[in-house]
Amino acid sequence: MFFKFIYLEWKSFLRSASFGTNLALKILMAFLVIYFTLIFLAMGVGAFYVLKKMNLEPLVTVNKFLFYYLFADLVFRLIFQAIPVVNIKPLLVMNIQKNTIVHFSLWKTFLSFFNWIHAFFFLPFSVVLLLEGYDVIGVLAWTLAMFCFIYANNFLNLILNNIDKLFAVFFVIVTVFAGLQYYDIFDITDYTGTFFQQFYENPIWICIPLVIVSVLYVFTFRFFKQNLYLDAGLALKQEQAKTQDLSWLNQFGTIGTFLKNDIKLIMRNKRSKTTVFMSVLFLFYGLIFFSPGMHQPKVMHVFAGIFVSGGFLFVFGQFVPSWDSSYYQLMMTQNIPYRGYLNAKWWLIVIVTAISTVLASFYIFFGWEYYLMIVVGAIYNIGINSQLVLLGGAYTKTPIDLTSSNGAFGDKKAFNMSAMLLTIPKLLVPVLLYGVGLHFNNENLGLLLVALTGILGFVFRNKVFSFIESKYKTEKYSTIAAYKQKK
Amino acid sequence: MIQVQNLSKSYNGNIVLKIDNLEIPKGQSFGLVGNNGAGKTTFFSLLLDLIRPTTGFVNNNGVQVNTDESWKSFTGSFLDENFLIGYLTPEEYFYFIGDLHGQNKADVDALLNDYVEFFNGEILNNKKYLRDLSKGNQKKVGIIATLIGRPEVVILDEPFANLDPTTVNRLKKIIKKLAENPDVTVLVSSHDLQHTVEVCDRIVALNKGEIVKDIQTSTETLQELEVFFAV
Repeated sequence: MFFKFIYLEWKSFLRSASFGTNLALKILMAFLVIYFTLIFLAMGVGAFYVLKKMNLEPLVTVNKFLFYYLFADLVFRLIFQAIPVVNIKPLLVMNIQKNTIVHFSLWKTFLSFFNWIHAFFFLPFSVVLLLEGYDVIGVLAWTLAMFCFIYANNFLNLILNNIDKLFAVFFVIVTVFAGLQYYDIFDITDYTGTFFQQFYENPIWICIPLVIVSVLYVFTFRFFKQNLYLDAGLALKQEQAKTQDLSWLNQFGTIGTFLKNDIKLIMRNKRSKTTVFMSVLFLFYGLIFFSPGMHQPKVMHVFAGIFVSGGFLFVFGQFVPSWDSSYYQLMMTQNIPYRGYLNAKWWLIVIVTAISTVLASFYIFFGWEYYLMIVVGAIYNIGINSQLVLLGGAYTKTPIDLTSSNGAFGDKKAFNMSAMLLTIPKLLVPVLLYGVGLHFNNENLGLLLVALTGILGFVFRNKVFSFIESKYKTEKYSTIAAYKQKK
Repeated sequence: MIQVQNLSKSYNGNIVLKIDNLEIPKGQSFGLVGNNGAGKTTFFSLLLDLIRPTTGFVNNNGVQVNTDESWKSFTGSFLDENFLIGYLTPEEYFYFIGDLHGQNKADVDALLNDYVEFFNGEILNNKKYLRDLSKGNQKKVGIIATLIGRPEVVILDEPFANLDPTTVNRLKKIIKKLAENPDVTVLVSSHDLQHTVEVCDRIVALNKGEIVKDIQTSTETLQELEVFFAV
């Protein structure tokens, strides 16, 4: 039976309309996966010797940090790890045991990148431990325990995923403990480190994680099974409609009409809400680069400058017109030229970018030159990147199902790795331009070049828009066909 | 009002629609009947420039639909729920369409007022988003939304499907009234021969993508069609 499910999965993967466009992304993802794999591998092999060199007992030190490692893993999972959805509804009435369906959905998660990536750290690390003469039984028990914890996290993610914004709670907990430790008030890792060390010292302790992971499996299994009803986990949550009166936007004509619609789109769908929430986080991206004590290469500052104001542009703009995919046919038959539709989206991006720039004014505390960097980044975003995302949109053929992000089995991931990957080309040009300025030892020249390019883009936007419009027109039919296919 | 020239659509060499010549005069109420896969929805999608014709073209009031977009200002259409914006309430959806046709709230409200009976108290002021309405109620919203902005061409794909008997009768009344207006051309497709014959002046039957019957409705039409579609 599992084999049949795998067959279905494979077919749905191969036959989705977005397969072609996704392939390039998938290759990029593959590179990313290899990159992380290598890093983890290097860490696994190298950690022992590096720690030894620092005169630390390697295993004890690793155990000390495991607390943060596992918590960080959970937070990452909550944000990134998608819940694997077998297309369940058609299977419900077939001659298949419910248990089989649930077991399969759970076992599928075992193959997730988020689980096996850890093996690349723990396995080599354990091998090195063995080679260095650590107790064989102890090391084996310890490694097994680690895998139990990783899989415990896996199941926790499946259960907890239903609760909104939980990752923020975990994030706060970790930050608080880290802060307490940093200021020498309370060191949680003293306790957790000893705890994890026990698996090596007394292998019998392995029972604890084994029990935990089994209990979690049973619990997750029950949870999913109970929710295997059309009016439970497979149902869409209904909420009471709230009407917003946004008629003050009417004064902006057609653009106002679309803005009204886009605001409702963002406010009423979980997926878009989370996306916009992510874009707020971008505002603080500059802290990594600009804080005193952070020694980043200067040329990367412009990177941060682009990101700070560009959060919305990258996470929302990137998916124009997919946001409208569920009613794209309506848009195409209504009394609106493409120009108007694109213009409205462009204005939305520009307005939010401008607002972000104003909000980012707190960077002035770090120094005017940093804020200048952000303003220049914003000019570039408005002039060039806003049009680049719209142009990219002509080729975005992945429908976004706004309504499906509910219920226990729904794919709730609003945040998408591919969105992040697409941003890379939009950042290279300004970095290069700024680099040219730095090459001549003139920072301001660099900034001027970036800003001028942005202004040029803004000046020629009518030309660019005509070009973008023609691309949308040629892609129109295949876009409609792709959006019609519900994922 | 609508001229079709040499229109065909094929997928990988399979011809799914082939209409050499079809002319729908202004004010006509035009019914399209046929079995599943006969090409009804394909034809309407071509009319609305939602798919690209393999050959030929459609003229809507002198506007060639795949090269010029101005037909959108006088054409109202509803094919399926892909035309609805799920996260809006019905009212907001109507106002949105109204905005696009330069109709303000009061205009739209006045229009909706005529269809209170059709909505049967299940649509307006119900505090529900469109995505949470039943299929039938969604259809009601979609159909009435096509009438916003006094369109000269109204295109409805399978309007009778999924509706309860009472609503079907009310809808027939609405379409008939619409068809009485000499400025409005109505295009309706359906599997249901009786409903179509009742509301349309002219019936065209499609089979495997080709026009096999083209008749002005009379008392014998229903019988003729039933004979044609009999097994």
